[in-house]
Amino acid sequence: MINSYLPILVILLVSAFIGLAIIVLSTLLSRKNPTPIKLMPYECGMDPIGGARRRFSVRFFIIGMLFIVFDIELMFLFPWAVVYDQLMIFGFIEMLVFVLVLLAGLIYVWKKGALEWQ
Amino acid sequence: MIQFPVVNLGGILPALILCIAGLVVMLACLFVKRGTVTVAAIMSAIGILAAGAANSPLRVLNETAFSGLVSLDPYSWFFNFLILIATGLTVLASVRYLSDDEPGAYEYFVLLLFSGAGMMFMVSGNHLLTIFVGLETLSISIYVLAGIIPKNPKSSEAALKYLILGGFSSGIFLYGAALLYGSAGSTGLPALTEYFKAGTFGPMALAGMGLLAIGFAFKVSAVPFHMWTPDVYEGAPTPITGFMSVGVKAAAFAAFVRVFFDALGELQVNWTEILWVLAALTMILGNLAAIVQDNIKRMLAYSSIAHAGYILIGMVAGTELGTAGVLYYLLAYTFTNIGAFGVVALVGSKREANVHIDDYRGLAKSNPLLALVMSIFLFSLAGIPPTAGFVGKFAIFSAAIAQGYIWLVVIGALTSAASVYYYFRVVMKMYMEVPETTPARLEFSPSMILALGIAVIGVVYIGIFPTTYLNLALESVKPLF
Repeated sequence: MINSYLPILVILLVSAFIGLAIIVLSTLLSRKNPTPIKLMPYECGMDPIGGARRRFSVRFFIIGMLFIVFDIELMFLFPWAVVYDQLMIFGFIEMLVFVLVLLAGLIYVWKKGALEWQ
Repeated sequence: MIQFPVVNLGGILPALILCIAGLVVMLACLFVKRGTVTVAAIMSAIGILAAGAANSPLRVLNETAFSGLVSLDPYSWFFNFLILIATGLTVLASVRYLSDDEPGAYEYFVLLLFSGAGMMFMVSGNHLLTIFVGLETLSISIYVLAGIIPKNPKSSEAALKYLILGGFSSGIFLYGAALLYGSAGSTGLPALTEYFKAGTFGPMALAGMGLLAIGFAFKVSAVPFHMWTPDVYEGAPTPITGFMSVGVKAAAFAAFVRVFFDALGELQVNWTEILWVLAALTMILGNLAAIVQDNIKRMLAYSSIAHAGYILIGMVAGTELGTAGVLYYLLAYTFTNIGAFGVVALVGSKREANVHIDDYRGLAKSNPLLALVMSIFLFSLAGIPPTAGFVGKFAIFSAAIAQGYIWLVVIGALTSAASVYYYFRVVMKMYMEVPETTPARLEFSPSMILALGIAVIGVVYIGIFPTTYLNLALESVKPLF
């Protein structure tokens, strides 16, 4: 059984070798001419404003959590939609229950004002 | 063509009803303007009663459902009822504790119902993953409930500590399940039974067993995995502390016993020794540490650790009588401890005031009935007849003696003699001492009176007429042997 893991080991070694080779070769062979602008961290083309370790508003976490919930709902809906013609009414009811439970959660957070940015 | 699994919703109906009740309370109370807490409590109580009615048919079944993930047998039936009793009494004891205008007032009931549903899945789980999902459902609800008091640092600390340590223990449990899967190729309890019957298991399976034992020992707060208990019990809202000490413990013990007797029954020789040591350490440390506590919630926390030790003796005994003793003990403990924490919540009046043992001075003068009720609960915890706690200890100790674990029972008897000291210290304060200041008037609410009434009647009734309940416990553990 352990032999079946051999290809994975080979891939790990080869990819590590390629990665290391690129870094080492570019350090050895490149011509270095650093300027302050070149050394700046890349931030979507803008000039960086302050460090990356800032404090974020806690509201981002609520939005993030809600996003994950509905993201996963979507992830379940895709395979369900693909085999829907075989699942028929059984699959429809199952998914209906799942979506309704999430809907209850959405109504709750909406009414509680978690979606307002105040 | 896709093979559809057989859906037997009737089998998991009690847990399902609790989930639906939770959703209904969550949505309906959004639109309730006044008296939210009362409305939520009434709706939760109706849901719990309906779940109790749906639970009765399980008693005569002996089958599995959902491709063997859930087992429907008298064992699940017994624990479902126990959990419903614990949840129901907690709902009743919580009404006056919450006020309508605070955040999280009715979410409290929603989470309580969800954790009840998680416990039910845990006790009826016939597969390590079902047990794990149930465990997580109940734990996540309890993490939030422990920290639900707004702007209270102790409550937040309790929630954070429980979350972090609970996460660790869940991880250890899962790792054990993974090792068992690696050896047996399945995590279903029947498949594990067959694998161990074949007798070709290696050290990996034994390591898996040990890790599972640690995961469960954490949840039942057995020494040396008890460190979180006093802090979490002290910081959590008092009714929730009561719920944690009986509900979580009962669900964890139910799964512990089912996994270890059903799936790992062939390894009994291996795990009995471990549990022997755990039981002895738990009883000694729990009882000795409780003696020096001045905060009544911490004292009851250490006492709940000690009780986990007594219950472990029943598992060490390993016979049908021993496990039936575990079930009976948990039933007795449910009534007793929820009652005791109900009194603590009542005396605490506004939130977490009056939790010092000295606050109980002279309670017998100002509230004779309440002092009497508290004394009955403390007698039961100490194991003094004619209360249920005595019969529970007697059943467990006699089963252990029958199997020759004399020394363990000696430790149990000695430490429970020590426990009488700290239980009676509270009784002494209530009856013999005079308060330095005039005590505040206590606010009795009808639901709290009902909860304490049910609890005290339960403690005395199943203490005086234990035969029916012992037979019930004996009948419920039949599927495991």
